[in-house]
Amino acid sequence: MNLFDYIRPASLDEALSAWEPGAAWLGGGTNLVDLMKTGAMAPGKVIDVTRLPGLDGIESLPDGSTRIGALVRNSTLAHDPDFAADFPMVAEAILSGASGQLRNAATVGGNLVQRTRCAYFQDPWSPCNRRDPGTGCAAIGGETHNHAVIGWSDRCIATNPSDFAVPLAALDAVVEVAGPSGQREIAMAAFHHLPGDTPETETALAPGELIVAIRLPAGARAFRANSRYLKVRERTSFAFALASCAASLRIEDGTIAEARFALGAVAAKPWRVAEAEAMLTAQPPGAALFSQAAERALQDAAPSGENAWKIDLARRTATRALALAAAGTPARMPALPASTFGEPAHA
Amino acid sequence: MPDVIMPRFGSNSGQPTTRRDGIAKVTGTATFAADNQPDRMLHAVYAPATIARGRVTALDTEAALAHPGVVAVYTPWNRPPLAGDPDAKPFMFAFRFEALQSDEVRYSNQPVAFVVAESLEAATEGARLLKPQYEAQPARVGLDGNEPFKPKGDAPFGLPRDFEHGDVAAGHAAADQALDATYETAENYHNAMESHCLVAEWKDGKLELDIPTQAVVLTRGAYAYYFGIAPGDITIRSPYLGGGFGSKAIANGPQILAIMAARELGRPVKLMFRRDQMFGPTGHRGATRQRIRIGIDGDARMTVLDHESLATTSSFDDFIEPAAYASQGLYNAGALRSAFEAVRVDTGTPGPVRAPGEASGSAALESAMDEMAEKAGIDPLDFRLRNYAETEPGTGKPYSSKALRECYAEGAKRFGWEGRPLEPRRMQDADGKLVGWGMGTALFGAPMFAAEARATLLPDGTGLIETAAADMGQGAWTALAQIGAYALGLPLDRVEFRSGHSDLPDGGVAGGSGHTATAGGALHAAGGDAVAKLAGIASADPDSPLFGTGNTGVVARDGWLVAEEDDSRRDSFADIIARNGGAAVVGTGKAARPPEDAARHAMYSHGAVFAEVKVDPELFQVRVTRMVGAFAAGRIINPRLAESQLMGGMIWGISFALHEEALFDKRTGRIVNGDFAGYHIPVNADVTGLEVLTVHEDDPYVNPIGVKGVGEIGISGSVGAIANAIWHATGTRVRRFPIRIEDLLAGA
Ligand SMILES: Cc1cc2nc3c(=O)[nH]c(=O)nc-3n(C[C@H](O)[C@H](O)[C@H](O)COP(=O)(O)OP(=O)(O)OC[C@H]3O[C@@H](n4cnc5c(N)ncnc54)[C@H](O)[C@@H]3O)c2cc1C
Ligand code: SF4
Repeated sequence: MNLFDYIRPASLDEALSAWEPGAAWLGGGTNLVDLMKTGAMAPGKVIDVTRLPGLDGIESLPDGSTRIGALVRNSTLAHDPDFAADFPMVAEAILSGASGQLRNAATVGGNLVQRTRCAYFQDPWSPCNRRDPGTGCAAIGGETHNHAVIGWSDRCIATNPSDFAVPLAALDAVVEVAGPSGQREIAMAAFHHLPGDTPETETALAPGELIVAIRLPAGARAFRANSRYLKVRERTSFAFALASCAASLRIEDGTIAEARFALGAVAAKPWRVAEAEAMLTAQPPGAALFSQAAERALQDAAPSGENAWKIDLARRTATRALALAAAGTPARMPALPASTFGEPAHA
Repeated sequence: MPDVIMPRFGSNSGQPTTRRDGIAKVTGTATFAADNQPDRMLHAVYAPATIARGRVTALDTEAALAHPGVVAVYTPWNRPPLAGDPDAKPFMFAFRFEALQSDEVRYSNQPVAFVVAESLEAATEGARLLKPQYEAQPARVGLDGNEPFKPKGDAPFGLPRDFEHGDVAAGHAAADQALDATYETAENYHNAMESHCLVAEWKDGKLELDIPTQAVVLTRGAYAYYFGIAPGDITIRSPYLGGGFGSKAIANGPQILAIMAARELGRPVKLMFRRDQMFGPTGHRGATRQRIRIGIDGDARMTVLDHESLATTSSFDDFIEPAAYASQGLYNAGALRSAFEAVRVDTGTPGPVRAPGEASGSAALESAMDEMAEKAGIDPLDFRLRNYAETEPGTGKPYSSKALRECYAEGAKRFGWEGRPLEPRRMQDADGKLVGWGMGTALFGAPMFAAEARATLLPDGTGLIETAAADMGQGAWTALAQIGAYALGLPLDRVEFRSGHSDLPDGGVAGGSGHTATAGGALHAAGGDAVAKLAGIASADPDSPLFGTGNTGVVARDGWLVAEEDDSRRDSFADIIARNGGAAVVGTGKAARPPEDAARHAMYSHGAVFAEVKVDPELFQVRVTRMVGAFAAGRIINPRLAESQLMGGMIWGISFALHEEALFDKRTGRIVNGDFAGYHIPVNADVTGLEVLTVHEDDPYVNPIGVKGVGEIGISGSVGAIANAIWHATGTRVRRFPIRIEDLLAGA
């Protein structure tokens, strides 16, 4: 690990003015510190934001939206009974990620900005356009088990590993940021970037910008009765997704009035396709319909290596997630959240 | 010396005593090697090669040395001489290793430089700043990475030999039905929770090591050789190991460099491997490709069992996973063949990992048995029973004991095997998951090594038992103390046990599942010796109620010597010693298996494992929902610890079947999942409904205490049972381990 300055500002202003090129915000540190240990990240200055006041609350705003402070710990959010009742698939997604210890440490801001799990990115000795622009992409032609099957480019085929981000994208969450030029808002849909020619710009955050909150719009609550997150993984718990899907439906009189679903682990951002969602509207829920919508969402998928099977798996995952959502949000959080081995959705 | 009739197992031995070191461990007061912090200690970090084959051409030592806190940087160009050559193989457990003897890179993560600093952080950064430059050559990895060759040589360790019994060609020809199937197993890395570490300190030319080792006394020989000193000039303290799995009995390059640095710098040096460095110089399980051919007659009796195994080894040394050995001791085939080939790849040299040979071999064999039963249209358990070996196949030797039939019966009953449909895809749960049941036979040799022990009866009537054993977490502190206390005729709480220190009598190697039998055997003998001496004193003492008993017919019980015939004739240990000069009575003992015993009997632990899996019918995620393992392993000294070990073995089985695999980048030869986020092992949620039964077995031949081993057998049988259950659930036969979702998707 390189030598670096560590500071712990007491106010947002102090934090923002402490930023300089090469600095990194420190949340729970569960991702940043790991990457500093391998040498994949080597910030000259680490700005610990965990003591900033006022960023650790979950509040309901007058317009009906819910605002999550960037420093709220993953566990705190998922276990907040009101939040979990209103946004069950967000809670389920969080609880399906990492381990209890990690979720206790991780902040929601850090979760959104966590870096890809591409092994070549994490290994400072491998060429990687995302880490060191212009060096090439070692993953292409290499071990592509957890790489993208959609939205990738010949510069980078990495996926975004966050479970939390997937239901946020489906629910049109908004990211509130503060930076040198003031505060602004970024829609989740625009928050994570596809790699294109510039995989190094992972998010819409400008240099020096800090996430201060994440907001779920009032309308997102309307899906609470039919929302699920499903995550297929290589062991029952404590594994990143091979494919995941956050699915939510608003069902009125046996007909889908509105549908939202996003896929995780297939691209550099949660994958949402408006046309696929539209196919579900005004239809009665059904296996064939769900499968067609899933197919449509993955219409542009293509293997980025020896991972064609992931396209099939993602399609199956989305189909199932929609069926689970149609069956209804479970009365209580499944013992194994987001798992196919959780308690049956239908009692 | 006259005989003493020993009491029956009971008061100590055979009891499910909890771990004597349990409280120290859960409260954090147990001192593991890396917990030691002697004054003026330096920290060492090795710089790992980031290519798998080639030469180091440059290292920026200036940058590293300029980093604040860095004290020394050793490279292939300035490394001080060692007394022994790392590329020599001077003794049985010696493997070639890299201690900067040249600029050659033989595999990724081998040391290419060694940095010592005042802090761990400084040493780590120093190593990073070296930015090694290379002349790289293409890496050779995987079973097809190079030309196969036939292993040759006489090393008893790591070089399996072909074996043939009966007329194999005739066996094939006689078959009414035949199976010919090929299975592959992946590279597994040991990854004990405690990574390899040591604290080395030189004092007046003598070496003191705090190091976790599976062979406390024996490994002194290795360090002595590389540093040109006498084994007696080395002190090893190894009270606790955070696991070893076979990797902590063998010296490796970075450890030698740390000891060297401590000598050069005149200060204690600590080295602890980072997790990613555990995927390199500390051994691993080679990958295998195994072809199994089975022929059966009209009664489903095996006419031939023909097992060929190809395994990876390193480009510079031989440890060839003896997978095909698994077929030698188990089924009563008319003809048997085990044949070995190997392929040289650019990895570190493999080594013994959790049931070497048996784990990979059993995975393939038990899968093949299931496939053959399927072809024959009979129940897999029935198929195994029809081919039950009453004597060791091949040699014809009788088994010292073999309660395998009972294991099958008790395991099957507990699991509820009866009524299992023969065809796959016949069972579903309420949630629509596919349910499958599979089974496998478990087998593991019951070896003994050599050990010595000392048992002392102290004047206050308590006992002291001593042997340099290794507690790897398996519970040696407890089980061995139970044996020693029993041998002394004392309750456990009146016996002090000293272990894990090289000044003590040699407790042998904690490996091969033979530690309890060996170290325990030595303690047993030592205790018997002390009691016999005491009985001799009492018998000669006119003031003793036992005067004249001639010490046959005397038993030691709860601190008393008691006449067998007459319970009222008794004398306490303390009284006997007090009346006879007050000196402690010291007994010594040894254990090793006499060659004639080994010639007379085949000795194995046996077991039967039954597994239930559930598989999502569309997503193909797999969960092992139930497992029952029934094992016969001779006398069980401590049921709690034995069951915990057997259960651990079965969890390794889950791991082998579904999770563990080092993934290589085929171009660079680098492992891309070298951490616990990527290299999966089961988590708690993967381990549900595991049950262990120990089946009673009296073995009068295996050794005087009747103990076989329970350390590794749990993995054997389990892997096949899970694979077979997956087939039974899905109808898809996956012949590659670990079994992955994509493999099942492909079969959908
Ligand atoms: C073994 C393991 C398994 C895991 N499994 C999963 C899993 O299954 N699913 C999953 O979703 N995640 C998983 N994770 C990742 C985990 O969710 C993230 O590490 C965590 O959410 C990051 O949060 P943090 O607060 O610790 O971030 P940090 O490590 O502190 O920061 C992460 C990044 O975000 C930046 N950052 C932090 N806070 C802010 C802010 N307020 N504004 C802008 N930038 C910021 C940092 O500079 C850094 O680049 C796993 C992690 C590990 C180590
Ligand atoms: S996939 Fe992206 S992150 Fe991975 S090596 Fe290529 S450029 Fe880097």
